[in-house]
Amino acid sequence: MAEVKTDLMTLNMGPVHPSTHGVIRFVLQTDGEIIHRCVPDIGYLHRSIEKIAENLEYYQFMPFTDRVDYVAAINANLGWAVAVERFGGIEVPERGEWLRIISAELVRIGSHLVAVGSNSGDMGAVTPFLHALREREVTNDLIEELCGARLTHNYIRIGGVSFDAPTGWIDKCKRFLDNFEPALDEFDRLLTFNKIFRHRLGNVAVITERDAKDFGLVGPNLRGSGVRWDCRKDDTYGLYPEMKFEVPVGEGLMGTVGDCWDRFWLRIQEMRQSVHIIRQALDRLEAATGSVWNEKRVIKLPEGEYYVRTESARGEMGYYIVSDGGKLPVRVKIRTGSFSAMSIIEKLARGVMIADLVAIIASLDIVAPEIDR
Amino acid sequence: MDLSTWLIHKSLWIQAAYMLLFALVFILAFATPLAGVLTYLERRVSGKIQSRVGPNRVGPGGFLQWVADAVKLLTKEDVIPGDADKPLFRLAPYLVAMGTFLVLAVIPFGQRLVTSDLNVGVVYLIAVSGLVVVGILMSGWASNNKWSLLGGIRAAAQVISYEIPTGLSLITVVLLAGSLSLSGIVVEQSGGLGIFRWFIFHNLFSFMAFFLFFTSAIAENNRIPFDMPEAESELVSGYNTEYSGIRFAIFFLAEFAMVWIVAAISTTLFLGGWNFPGVPVDPQGFAGAAYGTVTFLIKSFALSIFILQIRWTLPRVRVDQLMAICWKYLVPLSFINVVGTAVWLVLFKGEGIYDLIAGIF
Repeated sequence: MAEVKTDLMTLNMGPVHPSTHGVIRFVLQTDGEIIHRCVPDIGYLHRSIEKIAENLEYYQFMPFTDRVDYVAAINANLGWAVAVERFGGIEVPERGEWLRIISAELVRIGSHLVAVGSNSGDMGAVTPFLHALREREVTNDLIEELCGARLTHNYIRIGGVSFDAPTGWIDKCKRFLDNFEPALDEFDRLLTFNKIFRHRLGNVAVITERDAKDFGLVGPNLRGSGVRWDCRKDDTYGLYPEMKFEVPVGEGLMGTVGDCWDRFWLRIQEMRQSVHIIRQALDRLEAATGSVWNEKRVIKLPEGEYYVRTESARGEMGYYIVSDGGKLPVRVKIRTGSFSAMSIIEKLARGVMIADLVAIIASLDIVAPEIDR
Repeated sequence: MDLSTWLIHKSLWIQAAYMLLFALVFILAFATPLAGVLTYLERRVSGKIQSRVGPNRVGPGGFLQWVADAVKLLTKEDVIPGDADKPLFRLAPYLVAMGTFLVLAVIPFGQRLVTSDLNVGVVYLIAVSGLVVVGILMSGWASNNKWSLLGGIRAAAQVISYEIPTGLSLITVVLLAGSLSLSGIVVEQSGGLGIFRWFIFHNLFSFMAFFLFFTSAIAENNRIPFDMPEAESELVSGYNTEYSGIRFAIFFLAEFAMVWIVAAISTTLFLGGWNFPGVPVDPQGFAGAAYGTVTFLIKSFALSIFILQIRWTLPRVRVDQLMAICWKYLVPLSFINVVGTAVWLVLFKGEGIYDLIAGIF
């Protein structure tokens, strides 16, 4: 029998593929189903947001931060606002602070729901995905009542938030929280502890603590590997120090610490913590009085270089600002969680199957606009 | 005079023409609406499960949505990729549809309502359903698309593997019934003892055989949790990625007809077919025949809905896990089943559990 010539197959996954979560391209070299090499190719969603920032005043840049991460827009807003306030010496009224925390945590819940939902959808379970989006719909409605927008909220202002909560909003929010926790339990029963699902995600793509730190992972991806680091606690901002909540980390319940299932489970636990935070903040908001926005006409940062990080839904979101003392920043650099997560994919996706690569992308919660900005 | 005896004396061409006409009428009048109803059911059931409505605009309760969809697909452009292997690309959907619809020929819808009561029905069943994988592999290869190719290869590996537990579970039933004809198998399950004469309750091994058959039949049918060849989140849409218009519709039709066929075969083999407890084997007249047919349809559609619920509840297994499930668990279990059933039949002289218990009193 003649020798059969075998060769690796180069497979082009993306930029339009159902499970690359936006326009990202992966060039795969596969031997049948096994991936030998996976090279991410980013830049399909680059919109020069950092360059745009150099031509806008500080407050004008706020709507663009929405577009950096449109799944959790308020978290991206918040980072910019905190950065400018901290170094521009701007005070935020107490009511504004509470509304910031509430809206940011609501958006975090929404974003994590998209993350776990699309993860389940990528594993072939479409029903949990729609159940997750059903709950996200309510968080979207709540945010819409606050600021009129459902996706790119542009709610946070430098020095506060744009609008106060309308009448009856607090009760609505509490009703949502009461319904949300049972819904999350149902989600766990349906999917999280499902045997097939555990076998699909458990022990797959293990990120060790060392790797997580080496590759600069942040947020849930870092905590999934067992590192207890959360900017809300460890490099705090706003009124987060007054909130009581726990920082869950990956425990390797279904395999090894730092596998895909750990990252999935971590996001569900974080949603529960967010519910806890919102409950406290709502009580404090009811007690607080006064305005929500300390509006300033001219915002200038003193000359120098500044870096502020906040905890977005995808981890540390850092804003690096260079100022010459004028009304416009000289340079803005945004550090995002998805970008750091992209770098580890090439390492993780070696010797795994195509179906596992889908699980890896989903469990790292990659959001395309955040990578490219 | 009977139609078949009349036809036998005609020339070959006329015979062929009549067969073609019959097949056309059969597919248009029965198989297509069947698959259509299944798509409607699937969308409504999934809507209920996912707390949304589902189609509810065309016809009463959205029931005619599948007609609208079919018309839309018929009017769409039939795109064939430039570098595709065109003859194979064109042929593939018809092979899939053929493998699916040919199975309908031996399914007994009622006592006398069966297109062709072959005395080798079970063998025929395994043989023609094997055609489906040829069509899928062909479409995957001919599309000149790597995702399609992967889908086709997965389908080949999967369907051929899962045919073993399916076939072995069928042998269990053949052993119990002593007949290869599907009608014969149903008749064997009738009797005054109610549902306990059904083969699923015959003994421990046949009970297991039902679940083995059902699981591997779902896998052969490429549905979640075993929908490797399509796997829309991994392989875009698998083997049918490049298909559009009527050719896609035929794939779609075949897939949904197969859902019902799996349910119908399970009903026939394990759940008593057209038997209803307490009704004599051969009730007279039209009413009696209709009674059996309605019973059969109710049973098979109930089982179809169960298959749909599985699809909308479970995630998908990985391709190596899929193979492991088949070769590590299903195949050994079905071998044990066949041997176990044979031993049972020898030990208890063909009596089922219920007969034995009833014999004590």
